Amino acid sequence: MILQVQEVSKRFGGLQALLDVNFELAEGQIMGLIGPNGAGKTTLFNVINGVYPPTEGQVIFRGEKITGLPSYEVARRGLARAHQVVRPLNDLTVRENVMVGACFGRERHSRSSAASLADQALTQVGLIDRADQFALSLNVAQKKRLELARALAARPYLLLLDEVLAGLNPSEIAGMMETIRTIRDQGFTILMIEHIMQAVMSISDQIIVLDYGQLIAGGNPQEVANNPKVIEAYLGDPEMTARLLAE
Amino acid sequence: MNLWRQPGFWPSFLLVFLSGLVVLVLRQDTLRETAFTVLMFIGLASSLNILMGYTGYVNFGHIVFFGLGGYFGFFLVSEMGWPVYLAALGGGVLSSILAYIIGAAVLRLRGAYFALATIGVNEAARAFVSNFEPFGGSTGLYVNFSAYDRYGGAGQALWFTFILLWLVVLAVIVVSYLVKRSRFGLGLSAIREDEDTAMVMGVNAPLDKTKAFLISAFFPGLIGTLYFFKNGNVEPDDAFRFQMSLEILVMVMLGGKGLLLGPIVGAFAYERLRGYLLTSVIFKNLHLATSGLVLLLIVLFVPGGGVGWLRERFPKLRRWLE
Repeated sequence: MILQVQEVSKRFGGLQALLDVNFELAEGQIMGLIGPNGAGKTTLFNVINGVYPPTEGQVIFRGEKITGLPSYEVARRGLARAHQVVRPLNDLTVRENVMVGACFGRERHSRSSAASLADQALTQVGLIDRADQFALSLNVAQKKRLELARALAARPYLLLLDEVLAGLNPSEIAGMMETIRTIRDQGFTILMIEHIMQAVMSISDQIIVLDYGQLIAGGNPQEVANNPKVIEAYLGDPEMTARLLAE
Repeated sequence: MNLWRQPGFWPSFLLVFLSGLVVLVLRQDTLRETAFTVLMFIGLASSLNILMGYTGYVNFGHIVFFGLGGYFGFFLVSEMGWPVYLAALGGGVLSSILAYIIGAAVLRLRGAYFALATIGVNEAARAFVSNFEPFGGSTGLYVNFSAYDRYGGAGQALWFTFILLWLVVLAVIVVSYLVKRSRFGLGLSAIREDEDTAMVMGVNAPLDKTKAFLISAFFPGLIGTLYFFKNGNVEPDDAFRFQMSLEILVMVMLGGKGLLLGPIVGAFAYERLRGYLLTSVIFKNLHLATSGLVLLLIVLFVPGGGVGWLRERFPKLRRWLE
């Protein structure tokens, strides 16, 4: 198991953001993390990669306890992340942005070898012809690709992707899905938050569902899609709906 | 990395190297005094740039390191009888140690809060030194005239100090460039743009910004010792001029923050401007107000400063104007 999340809870004052979350992720898989807005998905990512420590529970990455380590220590151990709200380093060029990932990620490259690694990652996400532009000048779809390239250049064991498809148009989504598949085929393990159901169902090996901070379901996409609890979380109680419609 | 093959390094290095060399060749005392002031400000502005331009932490208390480091170095010369170059090193080391201690407290703050805290540090340092007897309290320290004998009399000592300052400023330029082009420097830029994201990408922000602060503080300590040694005395009001902190900041902004050449051009330009203002009939009492206005105009219209503007205007020159 590359990642084990054990009984993780996170409380912000009176708000229970996560409650007793347990799951495991095997190497080489794509796991989708879904759930309604405000379910705690991004919070779970923040706890896993050390943006803040969990109130209770453990996070184990490649057999090592990383609970409570600062995020730069987690990154160094081979866990990279693409943010939901894109956060490019605006005053740096696209290449320099990606070089930060390569220089400070798992392999800690020197500046010169980071540059070639960055170009490799940029080619992979289709952004190489923008390498010398400032990150500020990219559009949203390109910034999403930049986030992905930055995470890739760190050569992580595990990639956390937070809604990399959000805000893209259908053809951009198809392109991005293709990119994610090729990344998986290179042996990266991926944990991704995604709202676009069709996409996450077709790409994931495993799906877990978070609702009000608790895991309510897990399994392969088929099982999850037919799980009544999941349908309820997304659409409301089906029996109640049927009754209301009958009246 | 081979420093001598970097196009971005040469303009800055040559500018400082030649302006010192001209003075040594012409050997005029007044020219030396002018050059001393300009070089000193280049050194101070460039060292501030490492924290402010590269790392994005605006420090209003840079002069504290000049003052305290200078005080300590001066103390080593006048009271302990150290040679000035060793004393200057001592002043630099003390400044870095102080930066470590101050940094542990204020580097946790970001943005405006950090800037405000650094103003407080300046006032605290002045109050401390004014009441610290080993440093002469509010009257300060004077150098014993015999201390100059070691360098062949007072006149020779001034030239010797000038050469030392020149070498120190060249060292600031070299270090600034090496930091900028290193992996460490890339991490600093990432911190400047978005500290949280930098950390998620693996940059050890608490450690790296402390290192940047130590490097940035080291040189003002050296420069302060040389400056006070040249003057022959040091007193609190001279060592902790808040106004000087502001002027250094204006220089960095004027030339272009985050660029190697920026603070150098900024220091030259500001010194020219100040020289003009102080001697003009209309502006002589308004020169600080004018520099405030200059700062305002830069921030509003040319946030990249003079060199930054050139880089934007002439992309082909970029590799020379780092």
